[in-house]
This record gives sequence, structure tokens and C-alpha cells, in this order.
Amino acid sequence: MSAAAPLTATGLRKSYGANEVVCGLDFALQRGECFGLLGPNGAGKTTTLRLCLGLTDPDSGTITTLAKPVPAQAREARQRIGVVPQFDNLDPDFTIRENLLIFGRYFDIPDQQIRARIPDLLEFAGLSARADARIQTLSGGMKRRLTLARALINDPELIFLDEPTTGLDPQARHVIWERLRNLLKQGKTLLLTTHFMEEAERLCSRVAIMDHGRIIAEGAPDALIVQHIEPQVVEVYGEDAPAWAEHHGRAMTERCETTGETIFCYTHDPAPLIADLDARNGLRYLHRRASLEDVFLKLTGRELRD
Amino acid sequence: MTRKHWNLPQFSMRFAHIWRRNLLVWRKLAIPSMLGNLADPLLYLFGLGYGLGRMLDDVGGMSYIGFLAAGIVCSSTMMSASFEAMYSAFSRMHVQKTWEAILNAPLTLDDVMLGELVWAASKSFLSGTAVLIVATALGLVPSPLAIAVVPLIFLTGLAFAGLGLIMTALSPSYDFFMYYFTLCVTPMMLLCGVFFPLTELPPAAQAFAQMLPLTHAVGLARPLVNGEVPPSWPLHIAVLAVYAVGSFYIALALTRRRLLQ
Repeated sequence: MSAAAPLTATGLRKSYGANEVVCGLDFALQRGECFGLLGPNGAGKTTTLRLCLGLTDPDSGTITTLAKPVPAQAREARQRIGVVPQFDNLDPDFTIRENLLIFGRYFDIPDQQIRARIPDLLEFAGLSARADARIQTLSGGMKRRLTLARALINDPELIFLDEPTTGLDPQARHVIWERLRNLLKQGKTLLLTTHFMEEAERLCSRVAIMDHGRIIAEGAPDALIVQHIEPQVVEVYGEDAPAWAEHHGRAMTERCETTGETIFCYTHDPAPLIADLDARNGLRYLHRRASLEDVFLKLTGRELRD
Repeated sequence: MTRKHWNLPQFSMRFAHIWRRNLLVWRKLAIPSMLGNLADPLLYLFGLGYGLGRMLDDVGGMSYIGFLAAGIVCSSTMMSASFEAMYSAFSRMHVQKTWEAILNAPLTLDDVMLGELVWAASKSFLSGTAVLIVATALGLVPSPLAIAVVPLIFLTGLAFAGLGLIMTALSPSYDFFMYYFTLCVTPMMLLCGVFFPLTELPPAAQAFAQMLPLTHAVGLARPLVNGEVPPSWPLHIAVLAVYAVGSFYIALALTRRRLLQ
């Protein structure tokens, strides 16, 4: 394969009526990386994926997916893409094995070849023992794993994952993460949308934070933390916390944010804060390193998005 | 609607995968499905044919049950195509999101719609043909020319599948389909010559009936079953073909608007 970027989007715009959902996006994926598209609900992540798959036409801008212009040659591009959608859409009329077989046929793969691939995919999904189970009998985690296995039926070079672990319990989530790392080791390129910052930090070599249809920050998770935010955070809880922040905390910290009764103090030197809080012993606090979530909240704000 | 929704369709042979998928589901339930599809038309055929038929000497120069047979072949084709193109296709499109999964593979909505159209017509072909076979076994089909009804059943299925897919493209929920049944399917059952000759209707109703696809299916099937090729056969074929192509094109444009936002 060529060393060209598996996916490039330039000047991408898309409106629905008067509402511009994607407002001039530029990004490019590097071969073999996991690129995270992060953003609150309604930021335009899913629309961006649909545009890159050629399922909806952009108002302007160009997309090249696996060296094919999209949407003009979207069909050819999708031949080598795998998709894990946000909501499960496994075929409830079929068993696990039949789901994989039927999906493989959509790619014009001969039955014999699909059947030869199925045992490996079931192994990958940890579903070998349940090959003939119906979809309705599977847990949420099993369905997600099967959806991931289904996305691999055509041995894709590029895999789109739209919030792949939303709604899963921690065990199931960790299994999915482990599988995704496995795919990266095999040299696949992943495009991941998520609003779990922990997920992005663990998996992505680069992330782009999106809001209101624009990319507002882009880079490696560590670099974004260094660039945008103080390295240490002290969270202070309880009904006395706002008063404490007002009279003492604010003076000892570089930046303070309040959500309800929680104060987030961002600082390079947390020692004076902690000494003060320890001396008061009425206030509960947590000292930790700054994370991608802090960057995300700083850039996109703390208001609810519905 | 924008002009892009009305672009000419571009099909690929991959539509056959959709057809095959639906066939595989059907095969799991083939026997109850066939019995269900046969029970309703045969009840009409026997109930009305023998019950009502005893009170009538002849209708249009034949026994009433013989008259009814060709009508029931066509109406059961209409029913079966309509159900498949509405309830079943809607399940796959809206409820199970089967189409959404398929569109992530290298298929287009045009392929999916063509697959669903041909599938609904195929399923109705089985229903219509099964009724024709039962009628033949009972001696209600006097002429071997009835073999020409077999492709007619498929064409009729295509016409009603296309109309059903329009409803599916517009439907917010399953309840919506009741309007179509009440306002279109039931009136066609009664006005298109299934149960009695069109000539019994007032002239205005007859003229209206001439615009309906079922009239043309019955108008061609009944003479064929009795060994005649009516001189108006090209008209009947043309009307059904226009319904099939026209309704499919409209359904495709509406579905593009619905799903390819």
C-alpha cells in the first residue's frame, strides 16, 4: 500500500437547513494510528463520519478515503473500510455466524472465504462457543464485540468506530479497548469518536476536539494537556467548598472552576493548597494530575449539551 | 425534496445480496409463512365462491367460483406485496436498522431499494402462484393459457411493491400503513373486478377503476385463465409497468430524502 494518508478531509462543510453542523473541518489520518474525534453531543462527530463514508454529501470540501474521492467513489472506498456504528444494528433475524456470513456477502466475498474467516473472527470476539446463538440472547458487551468482529469481515485497512463503548460496563469496555489495541498492532488505522476522555487517552495517538462543527484543538493527548492546562488539579467537595474557594482557595491557585459544590483548582504547585486543606480537615479533596477531560471541559465549557 | 433526490438510480448486481438475505430469513419460517399467505385468499375463494356462488347461475359466462379464481390470484398478490414492502421493509429500515448496517458496506441505497422491490415482488409471486396452483388443482382454470398469468403475477407484485415502498418511505410508524390499507387496498379489492364484473359499477366508478393497477391485473388474468387473449392486453401490461417503474422511482427519491441526510 502507498504511504498516503488513509483519510484526508479538507474544508468540509455540511448544513441542515439553517443549521451548519460541520463548519470547515480539516484533518488527516496517518497510517496505523488511532485518531480520536472528541466532542460533546451535537458537535458534529457522527455527521463527519457519515461524510467520510459517503453516506451524505458535503456542501463543500473534499474527502479522500483510501485514495478514493468520496462521495464519488464511496462504494470502492467502503470495500476496504470497517464500521462499528454508535447503535447496534446486528441482524436480529440471524445467528451470530449467519450475521458474519450475510455481512461478508455484501462485500462480494465468496462464501467459502467468509466461512474460512469466521472462526478467527469469533475467536477475536470471544464468541466461539456461541456461534449459533441468536442475537437477542447476547449481552450488550457481546453484541458490541460481534459488531466489531463484523466490521473486520472484509479485513479493512481503516476502521471507523462511533462511540464503541457507550453503554458498556467497565469489564466489557476494557475488553473492547484491548481488542482495539490488538488491531493497531496489526497495522490497522482507526478513526474513533468518543466522549469518554479516558478512552481517547488510552487509545489515541492523536485527538481532535470538536465543538459546534469545528476542530478547536488537535494533537497528542499529552501535548494537549501541556499546551492547554496546568498540570495539577485539586478537586474540593462539599457545601463549604464554594466559600472556601472564595476566601482562600482562589488566591492560592492559578485557575478555579466551579460545578455545583465541587471546586476544580488548576495549578503548577499544589503544595500550599493541600497544606491549607489538610489544616481545615472539614473539606474533602482529591489531588490528581490534569487529564484530557480537563482540557476538554476547559475548551468546550461545563454547560450541559442536549 | 431537492433535484439530487430525483437523480436516476444507479444499480449494481449487489442488490441480489439483499434479496438473498431476505430469502434466508423467509426460509426459516417458510411453511407458516406460506400457509398464512394461502389461508386468507383460499378462505375468500371457497367462502364466497361456494357460499355466494350457489345463489348465482353464472357470472360473466362462468361459474362464480371460476370467476373469482383469477381475481383472488391478483388480490392475494397485491396483499402479499403490500405487506412485505410496508411492514417487513419498514422493520428492516426503521426498527432493526438493517439497511443502516448494509449501507456501511459497499452497497448503495439504490441497491437496497431494488433488492427490497424485487424481494417483495418475489414473495407475492409465491402467494399468487400458490393460489393459481390450488385453483388449477380444483379444476377452476380451464385453459393452459393460464401459464401466461405467471409472469403477470410478478409484474403485479412489482407494481404493488413499489407503491408499498412509497408508504414505507413516508411512514413514521407501523400505524401509518392502516391509512393505505383503508384508503387504497380495500377500495381496490372492491372496485377492481375481483368479486364482481366492473360493468356492474356506475360509469364514473368504472372510469375511476380504470386508473387503478389491480383493475388491469384482473382485467388481463381473468380472460387468460379462460383461454382468451384480450385485445387490450398491451394496455394492461403498460399500466402495470408504469405503476411499477413510477412508484419505485418516487419511493427511491423519498427514501433518499429520508435516509441520506
